Amino acid sequence: MTVRQAAMIGIAALACLAPAAARQQQPMNRLPGAVYDVDFAGTPSGPAPRRTIAGIWEFAEGRNVAIQATGAMAMPSDGKPEHELPFTPDGRAAFLANKPTFGVTQVPTAMTNDPMPGCDPQGYPRIVLHNAHHEQILETATQVVILYQFNKKWRVIWTDGRALPKDPENPNWDPTDVPLKELPPAEPRWWGYSVGRWVDDYTFVTESNGFDDRTWLDNAGRPHSTAMRVIETYRRVDADHIDKTLVIDDPRYYTRPWTAFERLRMRLQSPHLEIPEQECVPSETAKYNRLFGDLVSGVDDTPK
Amino acid sequence: MRSTVLSVAAAALGLLIVSGPVAAHHSSAVFDPNTRVTVTGVVTEWFWANPHCLLSLDVKGSDGQVVTWVVETQAPPNMIPYGWTRQSFKAGEDVTITMEQARSGKPVGRLLWAQFPDGRALSIGPSAGPRP
Repeated sequence: MTVRQAAMIGIAALACLAPAAARQQQPMNRLPGAVYDVDFAGTPSGPAPRRTIAGIWEFAEGRNVAIQATGAMAMPSDGKPEHELPFTPDGRAAFLANKPTFGVTQVPTAMTNDPMPGCDPQGYPRIVLHNAHHEQILETATQVVILYQFNKKWRVIWTDGRALPKDPENPNWDPTDVPLKELPPAEPRWWGYSVGRWVDDYTFVTESNGFDDRTWLDNAGRPHSTAMRVIETYRRVDADHIDKTLVIDDPRYYTRPWTAFERLRMRLQSPHLEIPEQECVPSETAKYNRLFGDLVSGVDDTPK
Repeated sequence: MRSTVLSVAAAALGLLIVSGPVAAHHSSAVFDPNTRVTVTGVVTEWFWANPHCLLSLDVKGSDGQVVTWVVETQAPPNMIPYGWTRQSFKAGEDVTITMEQARSGKPVGRLLWAQFPDGRALSIGPSAGPRP
């Protein structure tokens, strides 16, 4: 074992201990202007409205609740057997090729190949499986649109009855045969393709596919293939809450579907609440690494 | 397989540390939470940016040597609730900081408290612990 390998194991050891306990112990973190369930203790919410999830939503128990530093909330990369993902051989190989800065395979900052710190697209579902923040959900006659804080991204969920692309892994585009007025075939992309439907008056289910496999699922380097499908369910609990559940179904990398978070509760906010700006800026990231990231990793030549 | 090996190795080490769910590009495991270091120096730069804000300051040691320390906070949206702004520090002003130093031993760390000569103080929130 090399010194570097030993260091990596040591860092992994430090990281995989007690993150869940720390999450539970951490005091509630508030977004200025937002309200949380603790502010309404003993006050029941009104009945759920039918077939709408529109609004600005914040995590009901505090803004730090959904920050999943060590990986997907329900399956953190902490070394516990119950959190071991059901990798296929290809999935495990892809996982081990990733060098995250969190989780059981983490490496020092300077050695990571995480695409996100360099400001490559975070994509979906990592946008909700990493540093998740409040969301604004807009509804039109044909779409549900979700606005995210990180990098001011949005996701369109079509509700006009269309189906998901049939085979986005194998786009076949021959403009000599297909008139340009028609849509080109779907191809894998950072945010995939999403459709949604109401399965009852209070349950909105989205399905997504067609993902570019250069994105990671989470901070812990969990991979996905271009065959991944994501199922996200929004359950309107009452007038003030929705519960979200997200399932990863990627038969190429995982032997069975697995739940990344379950019944994650969000609370409706004032329509006047503004979402803060948070951009990944390449020049700022480069400066951060030069001033700090390399030093904290202990990989530069600066004397101690 | 390798992840399992790593997990077992990690468990065998049995080290106790709070690896908090910080919104960071590195784990808090790179810092030593059991060693709070306090230094006083002159601000050279306050970098209000993503992924994390950085405060640089020159600290003169007892031997007269000046060491530049760089300490990080969280990203701006995570600091605003605790009263931080892009004007929190000005180059040339004195400040006393308390931090968890990096395990690498370099003059870098995670900022917990910043205290000014006029008695003002800024903390990173409840996880900063008691004011020094």
